[in-house]
Amino acid sequence: MTTPETASPAAFGDAQSIANDVSSGTRTAASVVANHLDRIATHDGEVHAFNVVTAERAMDAAESIDQRIAAGEDVGPLAGVPVAVKDNMCTRGVATTCSSKILEGWEPPYTATVVERLTNAGAIVVGKTNLDEFAMGSSTENSAFGPTHNPWDLDKVPGGSSGGSAAAVAAGFAPVSLGSDTGGSIRQPASLCGVVGVKPTYGAVSRYGLIAFGSSLDQIGPFTTTVADSATMFEVMGGHDPLDSTSANQPALAVSSKLDAGVDGLRVGIITEMAGDVIEGIDADVIARLRAAATALEAGGATVGEVSIPSSVYGLPAYYMVAPAEASSNLARFDGVRYGLRVDGANTALMNTASRTGGFGPEVKRRIMLGTYALSAGYRDAFYGKAQQIRTKIIEEFTAAYEHFDVLLSPASPSTAFALGDKAADPMAMYLNDVCTIPSNLSGQPSMSVPFGVGDDGMPIGVQILAPLMGDVVMFQVAAELERVANATNEAGA
Amino acid sequence: MAESESLSRDEVAHVAKLALLDLTDEEIDLFTVQLSGVIDTAREMNALDLDGVQPTHHPLGLVNVMRADELRPSIDRDEVLAQAPAVEDDRFKVPPALGEA
Amino acid sequence: MYYTVDRGPEVHEPSIPDAWELVVGLEVHVELSTKTKLFCGCANHFGSEPNTNVCPTCLGLPGALPVINAAAVTSAMRLGRALNCEVKPSVMARKNYFYPDMPKDFQTSQYDQPTNENGWLDTPAGVRINIERAHIEEDTGKSTHVGGDGRISSAQYSLIDYNRAGVPLLEIVSCPDIRTAEEAKAYVAELRGIVLALDVSDAKMEEGSMRVDANVSVRPRGSDELRTRCEVKNINSLSSLGRAIAYEAKRHISLYDTGDRPIQETRHWDEEAGRTRSGRSKENEEDYRYFPEPDLTPLVPSVEELEAIDASLPELPGAQRSALAEAAGISAPDAGLIVERGHSQFALDTIAAGADGARVVVHINNNLAGGLGELTPELFAGLVQMETAGDLTSTQTKTVLAQMVESGGTAADIAAAKGFEAMDTSELDGMVDDLISSHPDEWTRFCEGDEGDAKKMAGFFTGQIMKATKGQADGKVIAQILNSRRS
Repeated sequence: MTTPETASPAAFGDAQSIANDVSSGTRTAASVVANHLDRIATHDGEVHAFNVVTAERAMDAAESIDQRIAAGEDVGPLAGVPVAVKDNMCTRGVATTCSSKILEGWEPPYTATVVERLTNAGAIVVGKTNLDEFAMGSSTENSAFGPTHNPWDLDKVPGGSSGGSAAAVAAGFAPVSLGSDTGGSIRQPASLCGVVGVKPTYGAVSRYGLIAFGSSLDQIGPFTTTVADSATMFEVMGGHDPLDSTSANQPALAVSSKLDAGVDGLRVGIITEMAGDVIEGIDADVIARLRAAATALEAGGATVGEVSIPSSVYGLPAYYMVAPAEASSNLARFDGVRYGLRVDGANTALMNTASRTGGFGPEVKRRIMLGTYALSAGYRDAFYGKAQQIRTKIIEEFTAAYEHFDVLLSPASPSTAFALGDKAADPMAMYLNDVCTIPSNLSGQPSMSVPFGVGDDGMPIGVQILAPLMGDVVMFQVAAELERVANATNEAGA
Repeated sequence: MAESESLSRDEVAHVAKLALLDLTDEEIDLFTVQLSGVIDTAREMNALDLDGVQPTHHPLGLVNVMRADELRPSIDRDEVLAQAPAVEDDRFKVPPALGEA
Repeated sequence: MYYTVDRGPEVHEPSIPDAWELVVGLEVHVELSTKTKLFCGCANHFGSEPNTNVCPTCLGLPGALPVINAAAVTSAMRLGRALNCEVKPSVMARKNYFYPDMPKDFQTSQYDQPTNENGWLDTPAGVRINIERAHIEEDTGKSTHVGGDGRISSAQYSLIDYNRAGVPLLEIVSCPDIRTAEEAKAYVAELRGIVLALDVSDAKMEEGSMRVDANVSVRPRGSDELRTRCEVKNINSLSSLGRAIAYEAKRHISLYDTGDRPIQETRHWDEEAGRTRSGRSKENEEDYRYFPEPDLTPLVPSVEELEAIDASLPELPGAQRSALAEAAGISAPDAGLIVERGHSQFALDTIAAGADGARVVVHINNNLAGGLGELTPELFAGLVQMETAGDLTSTQTKTVLAQMVESGGTAADIAAAKGFEAMDTSELDGMVDDLISSHPDEWTRFCEGDEGDAKKMAGFFTGQIMKATKGQADGKVIAQILNSRRS
């Protein structure tokens, strides 16, 4: 199979090499940004990774960085690195839409903490990327502005909801991007687009400025072409934020500290339910790659076993109560009063109703309905309440598993990228995409997807590594090993 | 059709009202089927024995996160009002609370 | 600290028929006077230009997050402890409903785990009102209704200012223990006194920093049922509170009397019309879909923190009344007005400086309602001493006191400047004797009549002497002379 022109991860080098070049004066930030903007201009018509490209701002920022470097300043570990930002993170003065008609054209008066931290470290925002409206979906087809296409096969979805950010990195539009992950929205598209995608421990990265979907589940994380770049991004973004009450009160985790340590002596557990027929619908080629990853780690000196997380099979129903419940409340504010779309009405309530009805797409309405129902009088205990108890069960079972294992392995997505339109008509079929990724959102534990070969259709497959709460360092350690094996295999094959 | 679903059309219509969504009859029919499917899956949770299991609302279990009572700058009013659908006298303008349809 | 309280005019509502009993519970919202709002660093300030004390958090902008103000939490716990509540680990919750004044379209409040529960408050008359809970929540913005006559019902549009959105509130919910409108007023006045003593709010009903909603129902006296209640809102003063409760109770009684019954609803007090009006009945029944606020963490006060709060509580009005009653030799309820006006420490200091307690109380109650002005406890004590020594009559004392409030100065100087010299007793002796001989019938009634007659005649003789001396005579001395002539 020939690789289409649209797929070219790290087209102008990974973040580390760009930052090194720009800091040392080998390349200017302006030239790096111009290269990426050219590539976007050439290919984003086909991919549609971006809702908006901030070319002028990016060039201004690049020139300012070049001046500072010329003046001998250390501009930070991401000097001149273009970054694409999922369009559900606030950027002052740049439209932030959540790919929804209800926020079309809204320019926030403030910037998300993560974006501030990245730009303070020298990164340059090149645009805002497409997503499933309000991050609700697994294919980026639920965007009010049209779907994003998978750079490896334009007829296929990039996954979702951070499909634009995953595609932007796979297409070489930016070496790194930001996604948000509520039920798998970083890891599943990372798997489908063949890039690294990380959902850090809940609270390890600030949510301030991330437009909330499911507040107790949402986490921001990076997409990159290398594990080391993800580690740098994480270290720059992470650490306590006084503006986020749920942010862990500690400095950023030193996730790059053990990337070269190997896996000798580590204990790796495959989650039984996701590696066989307990959870139905996981493709054989996906499970084959998972087994191959385990074998590779074993070869590196790790011991590999299997462990059961029995309640993980209830993760999907629990998630589809908790996330919509929180979303129904988080999205109440879109009422046509203070910002965003207003559709007129004779009184306030009619105006609110008309604005919401006209502004939200079908999937968002479906989830608001579901969440409103799950919280309503007479049903709250049976649905929302039970789901929160299942979270406890899942946490307990993971905790028990981590007494015997340092990390766990599972697929990141039950399949490779599927065709655009394939699952659009059946919400339940779409929801099943999240089956492997949801448990660690419910538990708050870190997990990431690392590319590890391709499926029967030649499309990328990622392996998911899970670790205990605040165990992001060992997760990165294992990811780096898998990356070494995968690169060696590619080189051997090439 | 709706009779066999675990949610009734009336319930779906009621929930839409609570959520300030104005659904067409066709949308109510569709949502009745689709939401019933999700609710049926959610009922699988009943198979678990959850007696005495505490709910998890916060993955990290943090408590007492507070800030000191110190002023931070407010934001520029004009920047905020520029994004509003309707403004008068530096305030957000909305239709009357009780205007007749 | 001295402060004054507007009790409103003393209006006694006509009581409801004896066959019925009033059942009232009150929900009192108190705005906590922190520097900043409950969840953001914007100024908590009344009267700023519209929409200037706003930020992404209190405007509910997408992506913004709350962080709770520690000072607001402490104030809430202090007030809770002052109301004898159990202060417990608490959880903030979202109360979901659409309301344009509420930027997130949910109110961050507390639901099943409030900060304070199970307290009580004793009114000055000694009636104990139980308090169900006192929970932390945020205030809403403010709508101005434009067009029509400015009423919500006829407005053409509304304008919203979010400066108040996110201001911290404590909502204090009483049990339905209140049985008269007077009790309701006394409860609110006492609660206000406690709030002011703690200095956690300025608690001005007229400015809305203290707001009272009354849940009113009635029942046949002797029954313990709880009948349908109506929640009366828009009550802007203590006197309106009394009138609104009385009106609503009578409305219920007349409905029952005609075989009808009230429906559970929210009603608005119309101050001008002196009646309550039905709020428009909502199309939807209320379903607030409460759930724990995922953006905030639980609040778990430590034992040490609670002990420190208890140790730091100032003397509260009830204790102030007891202390003053003991020092002045009066009953605790009689000390109520002085404490309510915030003058109990002043009274105690005056008594400690050597003044007669009972006279101090009388003067503060009757002659210092307008404030203390330049008066100090020492100066005041000097005046009361002159009065009790007979150097000044009570009328003269009142005049001197008014001057002291205005300009300061000692009682002796002011009395001298006004020419107030105590009359020579021997002069009075002669005047009394002349009066007795010119009014023999009245004198007989004074000496031989029943108690009432004697009192009446004493008044007559005293009045005549006062008239003749233009009020300069000391009433007590006249009484002594009259009594000495009787035997």
